[in-house]
Amino acid sequence: MTAKKKNRFVQCLPFYLMALPGIIYLICNNFMPLYGMLLAFKRLDVRKGIFGSDWVGFDNFKFLFSSKTAFTIIRNTILYNLAFIILGTAIAVALAILLNEIRSKKFAKFYQSVLLIPYLISWVLASYLAYAFLAQDVGLINSVLRFFGGQNINWYSTQKYWPFILFFVYMWKGVGYMLIIYYSSIVSISAEYFEAATIDGATKWQQIKSITLPLIKSTVITMVILNLGRIANSDFGLFYQIPRNSGALYGVTQTIDVYVYNALMNNNDFAMSAAAAVFQSVVGFVFILVANAVVKRVSKQDALF
Amino acid sequence: MTIKSKDTAKWQVISHTVLMIFALCALIPFLLLLSASFSDENSVMTLGYSIIPHKFSMDAYTYIATRWADIGRSYLMTILVTIVGTGLSMIITGMFAYTLSMDFVPGVKLMNFLCIFTMLFSGGVVGSYYIWSNVFHIRDTLAALIFPNLMMNAFNVILVKNYYQNSIPAALREAARIDGCSEFGIFWRIVMPLSVPINATIGLMTGLAYWNDWTNGLYYLTERNGSQYYTIQLMLNRISQNITWLASAAQGSGVTTGSVPTTTSRMAIGVIGLLPVLIAYPFLQKYFVKGITVGAVKE
Repeated sequence: MTAKKKNRFVQCLPFYLMALPGIIYLICNNFMPLYGMLLAFKRLDVRKGIFGSDWVGFDNFKFLFSSKTAFTIIRNTILYNLAFIILGTAIAVALAILLNEIRSKKFAKFYQSVLLIPYLISWVLASYLAYAFLAQDVGLINSVLRFFGGQNINWYSTQKYWPFILFFVYMWKGVGYMLIIYYSSIVSISAEYFEAATIDGATKWQQIKSITLPLIKSTVITMVILNLGRIANSDFGLFYQIPRNSGALYGVTQTIDVYVYNALMNNNDFAMSAAAAVFQSVVGFVFILVANAVVKRVSKQDALF
Repeated sequence: MTIKSKDTAKWQVISHTVLMIFALCALIPFLLLLSASFSDENSVMTLGYSIIPHKFSMDAYTYIATRWADIGRSYLMTILVTIVGTGLSMIITGMFAYTLSMDFVPGVKLMNFLCIFTMLFSGGVVGSYYIWSNVFHIRDTLAALIFPNLMMNAFNVILVKNYYQNSIPAALREAARIDGCSEFGIFWRIVMPLSVPINATIGLMTGLAYWNDWTNGLYYLTERNGSQYYTIQLMLNRISQNITWLASAAQGSGVTTGSVPTTTSRMAIGVIGLLPVLIAYPFLQKYFVKGITVGAVKE
């Protein structure tokens, strides 16, 4: 019996060896940082390390949540995500339906290709492009405003425009990606449905309402729920690079991720940044579990696990 | 019949109009960047950036050419990081996924769980910053650009695992095993060659992530001791915060900051950073599309 067991282990040894680099990487990159989360409950003394530092219980969290910043960053993270999920999905689905109506294959490919270009560039470069529009003295928008006799707007220090700017930039960069997802879902609908409907005299609008939308519903719902599962996370690049980390804009641009970065790297405040990061991880965990459970009910094969 | 064709025509018009507007919105920023980089510094100072240059000039590029040593080095660094990172990533992802696809190996369930757990719960930025910098001492080394976060993710592992299970016949592996081929040999000589489609897809997405990454450098490279490892993105990031950085980074070049065409060379450096992606895009476009659809809806 033991010989058999040993034999089996020898047989499986190559597989364990092949998995080893991956497992080591997961331990270093994903599991050891879990231990780093203890920082949120300690007052870090670098000489003593995480383990030796003094416990402070939930003091860091109390301090974080008694500040006004906590409310701002949580509100910003959630509201932007909701806007992106609701409006963003609606726009992307509408575009995908329109793209599917295009008869010319060449044009369809052209639109798809062009809309994907912004997705491929880094957020740093995206911030260069945004700067060309928004720069105080030389930006295109201010030149146009001046041309029509208006006043320069100091974009990088006026909060009220930023929810729109950020939404616009988000769509600009991400719509090509979402378009491809929904378009591929529409393309996979059997052409027979549309042919039959056309013969029966259905208009395009009727076909969209009664064929396309119902048949891509499960893809859309799945994507929405998975995105809701990530509602505590924000795209660091969008919220850090596009406003150029301008302090005057923090009220409407700072999300949890940006706060964590600034607290950690600029203020060296391990306590506050760790508390915010742990809060984000825990909330994110709860949301993604719920989201996955819901997806499982809607369309089983799209669930994460 | 006429009603029907009218309906069709109407939808053609609507679709083309809306998509054309979106396509223009996608392209205009790039045009503006390009035009600004070819503008005369003085005309930009008075009239601002414009979609078509008020006055054409190559000054920005001539200035940047004097800084070619720095730019060239950061390009090489980007290429190095992308190739090494993507290569390592594909190998460890492929091998790990291969083991996970073997249901009969004891412990695979546990490994699977560990893998999926990382998708659900993460230690967050602070935990990983602390570990990478204080335990592995990765700060101000080239490894900082390669190892944290980007190298392997559970999602890709699962995609590859599913591909192995669904698209590679078990009979092939059995035959090779009977012929005396080792497990590693089977993986390397049979499974890998048959997995070109999935490898191309995730390899491209991983490569893009490495090429565009600037966050690892932001966290782990200090300007004082790590700037020799700056990739093109990190250089762009640095210049975006301080346009005079490029001028001050190189000493003894004979160019003083006073004569630097700052507003236009800022845009020119953006164009330089953009160029490789735009050149490669037409050739890789269909793989990007594939990568997005595969990643979005698990097969």
